[in-house]
Amino acid sequence: MAIAKEADRRDSGFRDFTADMRMVLKNRHGQESVRAIRIRTLEVADDGDKSLTIFDNPRDIKGTAFLSYTHKSGDDDQWLYLPALKRVKRISSRNKSGSFVGSEFSYEDIASQEIEKYTYKWLRDETYNGQDCFVFARYPLDKRNSGYRRQVIWMDKAAYRVLKIDYYDRKNSLLKTLTAGDYHQYRGKFWRAHKMEMINHQNGKSTQLIWSNFRFGVGLKARDFNRNSLKRAR
Amino acid sequence: MKPWFAVVVWIGALLAGQFCTPGAHGHELSGYIEGEMRFFPNAPLFDGQQNNNASLALQPEYYHELKSGSSFTFVPFVRLDSADSRRTHADIRELNFLYLAERWELTVGIDKVFWGVTEFHHLVDIINQTDLVEALDAEQKLGQPMVHLSVPADWGTLDFFILPWFREMTFPGPGGRLRPGPLVDTDHPVYESPAEQSHLDFALRYSGTIGNTDFGIYHFSGTGREPGFLPAVTPAGGLVLRPFYQIIQQTGLDLQTVAGQWLWKLEALHRSGQGPAFFAATGGFEYTFVAVGDTAMDVGLLAEYAYDERGNRAGTFYQNDAMFGLRLTANDAASSEVLIGAILDLENRTKLISIQGSRRIGDRVKLTIDAGFFVDPDPQDILFDLRRDDFLRLQLAVFF
Repeated sequence: MAIAKEADRRDSGFRDFTADMRMVLKNRHGQESVRAIRIRTLEVADDGDKSLTIFDNPRDIKGTAFLSYTHKSGDDDQWLYLPALKRVKRISSRNKSGSFVGSEFSYEDIASQEIEKYTYKWLRDETYNGQDCFVFARYPLDKRNSGYRRQVIWMDKAAYRVLKIDYYDRKNSLLKTLTAGDYHQYRGKFWRAHKMEMINHQNGKSTQLIWSNFRFGVGLKARDFNRNSLKRAR
Repeated sequence: MKPWFAVVVWIGALLAGQFCTPGAHGHELSGYIEGEMRFFPNAPLFDGQQNNNASLALQPEYYHELKSGSSFTFVPFVRLDSADSRRTHADIRELNFLYLAERWELTVGIDKVFWGVTEFHHLVDIINQTDLVEALDAEQKLGQPMVHLSVPADWGTLDFFILPWFREMTFPGPGGRLRPGPLVDTDHPVYESPAEQSHLDFALRYSGTIGNTDFGIYHFSGTGREPGFLPAVTPAGGLVLRPFYQIIQQTGLDLQTVAGQWLWKLEALHRSGQGPAFFAATGGFEYTFVAVGDTAMDVGLLAEYAYDERGNRAGTFYQNDAMFGLRLTANDAASSEVLIGAILDLENRTKLISIQGSRRIGDRVKLTIDAGFFVDPDPQDILFDLRRDDFLRLQLAVFF
């Protein structure tokens, strides 16, 4: 718990950031499909972050946007904007274990990771990829809707960065592994991984996230995260 | 066509001012071109109707954003149809300038605005006219000239609309299927207002979120989008239906609330000005099973009900109907999706069954297949004239 709190403390105070993301979906035969996504996030004092996710590619879903208000307690608020019909749809945030746009990331994997949503247990200290790491497990409080029994996290002691997560499904068998690397530091404080890869051990598929253009403190405000901004996001 | 012209000139003037200032923040051309085939296995009921049609549609989109966040959008649309001369049509879906201020947004020009929450019957949606020749589901809309001021605040969003020019609903021509026996005489509409299409319409809407509920409430004052029909005889002696557009007052409400995996939806309206005042409502739920079995597939169940106090006088087939839907979302790389729907008339035996499936092919191509079946249409039902119009439609769209 103390480790997770320290990691959260080190990553708080960023106020807002924007970034671009390329999502590469790979099936078990190695066929690839690419999604281009832009992300805007606003830190909210005393509550979870607000974020807006905008799709540029594939072209048929261009302009589709996803607005999320994470909350430290209770269900998150989520809306989806469908540009062809100009329609804003509320979506159930209980669909945590559902796939995010066909990727191996589920909604709960991409959501802002609020420390209040888990309980924690330190397991051991271990060297991973030559870095001294804490290894700890976290257990989702929302047992009914989470797709996981537990997650095991490797976090480096030097900067409290997540290097690897093993996800165990509700039957407690290993489902997915996330590895994060190519960390860059922004504003002398905030570490962001530029490469992430989620491998699904059960279906043989994987999803790579390649991040770029991180910009912190761009001056986003709450009004950039309302339903009007969802509709004109592009 | 004068008001159109005025709006266009106004936008032009705004643009000239905005675009000559430095700091343009990028522009973008996107859109799609789509080929469509529709097959009607049953012989047509009315003279002139054809069995199949091929069609080509193009909808490019030009977007230009200024550094301030203000933007210009132009979306023309054109369709060429082999069977129906009226389905061959062009429209300006959007041609507008959006001015973004700190506390408000102003859109001037032609735009598209959707209100509503339900899946089957889009009851409260009123700003844009339906482009009915496009599809029977009434989801395709014509561009609407407007001045639209939106004021988002902590306590919700206020939207004011001035709508200076009325758009007439499109209807299939002699060669087209999915139409009533007598043709709708779109060349000779009847208006209640002497101002006809240039009657100034207004709308005011207040919307927001309270807890798990999104709400919207509005009042619309102006030319009703849904026409009545006046039978008339052509000089040649044929029977036609002249669309009759009346001035209405309409108050509408839409609600959607999320409770766990349940999504509850309600739309309701009260309208006066078209015969006796009446009330209509539609609502229901959507429940989603996530990652069914050991697959990534989501299965959504939909059930809705629609009521219209006008009963059989309603200009819609949703007067006392139950609607059911099953949505399968594969969550695969191709975004494969299937939606099966059934509309059951609770006063007669008319049923409308629809199946729609779509998936992406490669990165830029999308294939959509849908089919509609009119089962046991009752002679009293508005769908009776469509009893031989079961169809299969294939659409292949290339996005750029």
